[in-house]
Amino acid sequence: MNGYNFAYLDEQTKRMIRRALLKAVAIPGHQVPFGSREMPLPYGWGTGGIQVTASILGRADVLKVIDQGADDTTNAVSIRRFFARTAGVATTTRTAEASVIQTRHRIPEVPLREDQIIVYQVPQPEPLSKLEPSRAETRRMHALAEYGLMHVKLYEDIARVGAVTISYDYPVMVNGRHLMSPSPIPAFDTPKMDGMAALQLFGAGREKRIYAIPPYTAVRPLDFEDHPFRLTRAPHACALCGAGDSYLDEVVTDDRGGRMFVCSDTDFCAARQPAGAA
Amino acid sequence: MTLDRPGFADPAADAQSCFRAVLDAMSRPGTVVAAGAGLCSPAPLDPATAAVLLTLVDADTPLWLDPAASAAADWVAFHCGAPQAESIKAAAFACALAMPALSGLHPGTDLAPEASATLILQVPAMGRGTPFRLSGPGLRAPAMLRLEGLPDNFAAQWAANHALYPCGVDVVLCAGEQLCALPRSVRTEET
Repeated sequence: MNGYNFAYLDEQTKRMIRRALLKAVAIPGHQVPFGSREMPLPYGWGTGGIQVTASILGRADVLKVIDQGADDTTNAVSIRRFFARTAGVATTTRTAEASVIQTRHRIPEVPLREDQIIVYQVPQPEPLSKLEPSRAETRRMHALAEYGLMHVKLYEDIARVGAVTISYDYPVMVNGRHLMSPSPIPAFDTPKMDGMAALQLFGAGREKRIYAIPPYTAVRPLDFEDHPFRLTRAPHACALCGAGDSYLDEVVTDDRGGRMFVCSDTDFCAARQPAGAA
Repeated sequence: MTLDRPGFADPAADAQSCFRAVLDAMSRPGTVVAAGAGLCSPAPLDPATAAVLLTLVDADTPLWLDPAASAAADWVAFHCGAPQAESIKAAAFACALAMPALSGLHPGTDLAPEASATLILQVPAMGRGTPFRLSGPGLRAPAMLRLEGLPDNFAAQWAANHALYPCGVDVVLCAGEQLCALPRSVRTEET
């Protein structure tokens, strides 16, 4: 594309983001501040993820972008097209064919490999933000590994309703040291982060933070011995492919209470359906 | 003078591929990756060392360059444009041909451990010398790394550096057209 540098960002910005990424990898789960740039899409649409992707992307990469598991929603389509135009990279919807996967709010069902990198779009990188509004204070809490406040929140949930009431963005401990927001992925996806073979990078554009989880790093959902973390999943099979182990979206089909449950991961679902059915 | 040596032939693409090599190395401690192939580096810097400087260092990052590499100082100043750090402690990046004391580099602070220095250390070769057993994030099972040209007390120095976690110095080791990395999160044992 004429008039723009490769992958949109200028080289000095990329160097700044790359330095932040390397420090983030060296301190798994720690939020590294960075000079987030204005991007040609609004905050909340993945500006952090886009800047991370732009800084790592090379000509040989194959990019996949998903939004809530789907390759064909507005956000995913426009980000994929953005990089096809500004970097000229090949794009795909197949998880297995991608070398870089940018995602909003899901982890693909197919396990990722060592030669893949997953980039998460993060709206709120601070896991303690709803409990402690001051960033100066939460930074201090991370420095001291003082996460009692979050344990109290989980305890209060259990005391009031008998279970932890967090169904997405479930707080995790990374490398036994840093409390981290996994971004708003469903709690169903949280266990996939633990010991994942792929490098996981997180970008929060509005909040100007980058963090990372290297491959094969311990990622544990915060819980209690007598109230261990439990997976929740809609008790149905996918109406399109029959999968009984994937994360499901509930789709309203009419105005008389009709519902169907389908895989949120569109690539996973399409690959399981007989040819021509999708 | 070494100004007759060019930087990257294709700046955007070459910096990207070198960065991905460093990212890969930092994500998988001890893994040796290729970097700087084809770069006509200024003596005494190897292609990998010079490529890492071109990729990560710029006007925003005070650089401490080993006096033993002063023959390359003009080249580094011209291509990276980095301010010279007043002392090694004040450097965001230190580029050395012999390992300086890790405790002399900035370890970051409790509130901002990411403010620590990165040491770019050129060693004679990869895969020779004292074997170290590495474990920690990025490694599914402990890995072996052989390193040459490190001080005799490297294991003790690294243990002290790792003990500062989440503060601490990160090291990128370069030799020829190869590099590997030791992030502060990794534990090393001499075997």
